[in-house]
Amino acid sequence: MSRRISIDVAIIGGGLVGSSAALAIRKAGLSVALIDKGYCGAQASGVNYGGVRRQGRPPEQLPLSQRAHRIWPQLKAMIGIDAEYMRCGHLKLARTEKDFAKLEAYAETVRDYGLGLELIAGSALERRFPWLSAKAVGASLCPEDGHANPRLVAPAFARAAERAGVAVLELTPVRDVVATGNGFGILAGDGVEIRCRQLVNSAGAWSDRFAAQFGEAVPLIRIYPSMVVTEPLPLRLPVSMGEQGGSFYGRQVARGNYVMGGGRGLPLADPDYSRPSVTAASSVMQRAIALFPHLAHAQVIRFWSGTEAEMPDGNPVIGPSETTSGLFHAFGFCGAGFQTAPAVGAVLSELVTEGRSTTPIEAFSIGRFRKVTAETAASL
Amino acid sequence: MSELLQPVIVGAGPAGIRAAGRLVRAGLRPIVLDEGQRAGGQIYRRPLIEDGRSYRSRYGSEAGKARKLHESFEALLPEIDYRPETLVWNVSPPERGNQLDVLSAGGHRQIGFSQLLLCTGATDRVLPFPGWTTSGVYTLGASQTALKAQGCTIGDRVVFMGSGPLLYLVAWQYMKAGARVEAVLDTAPFTSKRHLLPLAVRASRIVGLGLFYGLQLQLAGVRIHYGVRPEMVLGKGQVEGLRFRRRTLMGVASETISCDALAYGFALRPETQLADLAGCRFRFDERDRTWLPERDALGRTSRPDVYVAGDGSGIAGADAAEISGELAAMALLEDRGQASAADAPRLVTARDAILRQRDILESAFPFPDDWFETVPDETTLCRCEEITIAEGRHAIASGAVTEINRLKALSRVGMGRCQGRMCSAAAAELLSGTCGTAADKVGRLRAQAPVKPIPLGFSAGLETEGCS
Ligand SMILES: Cc1cc2nc3c(=O)[nH]c(=O)nc-3n(C[C@H](O)[C@H](O)[C@H](O)COP(=O)(O)OP(=O)(O)OC[C@H]3O[C@@H](n4cnc5c(N)ncnc54)[C@H](O)[C@@H]3O)c2cc1C
Ligand SMILES: Cc1cc2nc3c(=O)[nH]c(=O)nc-3n(C[C@H](O)[C@H](O)[C@H](O)COP(=O)(O)OP(=O)(O)OC[C@H]3O[C@@H](n4cnc5c(N)ncnc54)[C@H](O)[C@@H]3O)c2cc1C
Repeated sequence: MSRRISIDVAIIGGGLVGSSAALAIRKAGLSVALIDKGYCGAQASGVNYGGVRRQGRPPEQLPLSQRAHRIWPQLKAMIGIDAEYMRCGHLKLARTEKDFAKLEAYAETVRDYGLGLELIAGSALERRFPWLSAKAVGASLCPEDGHANPRLVAPAFARAAERAGVAVLELTPVRDVVATGNGFGILAGDGVEIRCRQLVNSAGAWSDRFAAQFGEAVPLIRIYPSMVVTEPLPLRLPVSMGEQGGSFYGRQVARGNYVMGGGRGLPLADPDYSRPSVTAASSVMQRAIALFPHLAHAQVIRFWSGTEAEMPDGNPVIGPSETTSGLFHAFGFCGAGFQTAPAVGAVLSELVTEGRSTTPIEAFSIGRFRKVTAETAASL
Repeated sequence: MSELLQPVIVGAGPAGIRAAGRLVRAGLRPIVLDEGQRAGGQIYRRPLIEDGRSYRSRYGSEAGKARKLHESFEALLPEIDYRPETLVWNVSPPERGNQLDVLSAGGHRQIGFSQLLLCTGATDRVLPFPGWTTSGVYTLGASQTALKAQGCTIGDRVVFMGSGPLLYLVAWQYMKAGARVEAVLDTAPFTSKRHLLPLAVRASRIVGLGLFYGLQLQLAGVRIHYGVRPEMVLGKGQVEGLRFRRRTLMGVASETISCDALAYGFALRPETQLADLAGCRFRFDERDRTWLPERDALGRTSRPDVYVAGDGSGIAGADAAEISGELAAMALLEDRGQASAADAPRLVTARDAILRQRDILESAFPFPDDWFETVPDETTLCRCEEITIAEGRHAIASGAVTEINRLKALSRVGMGRCQGRMCSAAAAELLSGTCGTAADKVGRLRAQAPVKPIPLGFSAGLETEGCS
């Protein structure tokens, strides 16, 4: 189906980053095309654990994360659904004194960012969380962190964007993109040609290809977090849980299912698809039983995994291209972009319409890899 | 592929047992895994505890075949590594080598295979209608299983409804077992039975048996109606009756019938999730309205070390399953460098003859493809996740859904305990009907391990054999 579209801004990738950017940029008055190779929110944004968590992030991410924290409770007004968002608290356990010391140090480091962390040690932990069976030295609680249903958020952002007038092109893979001097030309799907003045690269774990096309090679690697879900069980776990120095995380959704993750899956030959690894899933299950012995006879109904982009320094790439004017990158969220994505969309809108971000994003510049990549090249 | 590894057969029904026999005769010692307590599969299912009933009373016209199959299996036992009560819940994709994850005696085991033959059979295909989740409503197959394996009936006054050869057979079996059959409600129009005429020439035994069941039911005074559509199950908490519509000379009439149990189903659907996890390519089969692993005439899939046979590779019945098990075993042997068997062409001819008969039989029991035009919106579509048809339709419309995995993501249909094994046929019909597209255009649900639920506590103490 051949089709020509001329538009102010084209966005490659309709994950939560791309679709929230589309809505924000459209609301700022520009015309927008949101392009996804599959369905909006069917990749990382749609299959993640659903943790809406600030606790544990490096300080440089916290301004962005705090901005997102203010957006999440407004979803109903923005996109028509609350996406089961709940501020139920995020509890991070420490199994050893050493781990607890790390939690204390973290709380100290981020004291000025307003996370409201509470350190709970020893017997206070048992009194406060009597359902907790595992031996723990202490924990750090971020009372206003929580979770939401990832299946619903990004698709709802995309539909809201569509209602606001965004051209949403699903099942339309971007095949080629070039800078034309005064903008960009895109070839997508079966003969869709798009011309735009500005371009957003929010293609998730596939973004490196588009960055490289503009001379900005990045050391992006793909990761596949492994997830496990049980049948619905009586409600018992009131918080979203994590562990210092361990890889287990778990929450109980409103319907009663325990959703738990930890460890990594592996890609299939077609890297768009991955499989959770049985080893990772088994260790998640073992840890779950240690933490919640009442789950011993619960049934696990499904494992799954998803494709996520990771950067070597644990921070995403967000900001203008350093080679091509009018191009903006936003990718590489290292397994933690669900919470921040709505704020990333807002930042992208500011970048596109005003050329600057009101939230500090210097730490996320793509240029930070230029030096590294050049040095690596030189050493070869 | 390690030389020490043995071929593994999943499923000890007609297909799996015949395949094991072939492999044993060629000097192999296959591992045979089945989640059931006793071998035999669905049709030749055996009681958990011998209850003294004869083969004749348990298997009727198929008693001779059942006895032969069971005896063959007993004779094979010393030559095979048979493991009952072993659920295979995962197959590694080709990128990750060749191993199965199994659950047995509450523990997790990994078993390596040199070649894998999937003989996983089929289950009933059900469609939703008002009250189908009421206690006392069973599938046709389950009502028969109750009779065969437990020697009990699902009720005293039973209505049988649906389409497919099992409809008349199970009704007759219930009558013989002493239950009162209140009615047989065939959803296919009477005119579809004309297809049986040409079949009578080619396969007089099948048609003869069918006629015999129908006739005996009628002689006993059982009502048989054609072109039926159910309206609702009556009774709160427990089946008390059924209201249904049927075409009469005067037009469409609504009737009620009182009963304490209802058995219904629409032919069978193949169990293909393991083949999917193994990475086999699938194709859409128009006749069965379902996706099947691609296979050659002998049962080779697109994955070189994986084979399929029996109903899990396409619904064709027990006789075809026995032959296809043998054929797949021959392919497996050929691929190990053993000469092809002399009787292969004869077996292929015999199987193809059954398949042709099957095509005719299926046209006498057509799928009710107008189903969702009349089922009310508040009806449960996915019982595990308690999703109504209205919610399914809403997800389709509001999310511009055209594909079944997307429908699952947006509505949770197929995300529950059964992982879509029970509801995905209905969900696919609803989706293709709502979008006005052909059934194959909506795609198929991607399988995820575990294919059936496993206890969270199983993971302690993993044992591996034949795996690196
Ligand atoms: C299993 C798992 C668990 C996670 N848990 C959490 C968590 O609990 N909390 C948290 O904050 N984060 C979590 N994350 C991370 C989070 O999901 C991601 O960081 C976030 O969703 C990234 O959003 P995105 O829009 O950048 O990427 P995506 O959602 O992957 O979107 C990128 C989109 O680009 C499209 N695309 C790619 N190539 C093309 C092309 N050529 N043409 C057109 N479109 C293209 C893709 O189809 C895709 O839809 C998890 C991730 C995974 C995988
Ligand atoms: C409930 C029911 C009743 C039927 N009744 C009749 C009838 O009366 N007359 C008739 O002609 N046909 C009947 N059929 C059809 C007939 O059973 C099949 O045509 C025939 O049994 C097919 O043989 P098979 O070897 O392919 O599979 P099956 O006989 O179904 O055997 C499959 C075996 O695989 C095992 N299995 C499946 N998945 C796994 C797994 N993941 N792990 C371990 N083991 C597994 C099962 O336990 C089973 O023993 C019935 C089918 C069903 C479902």
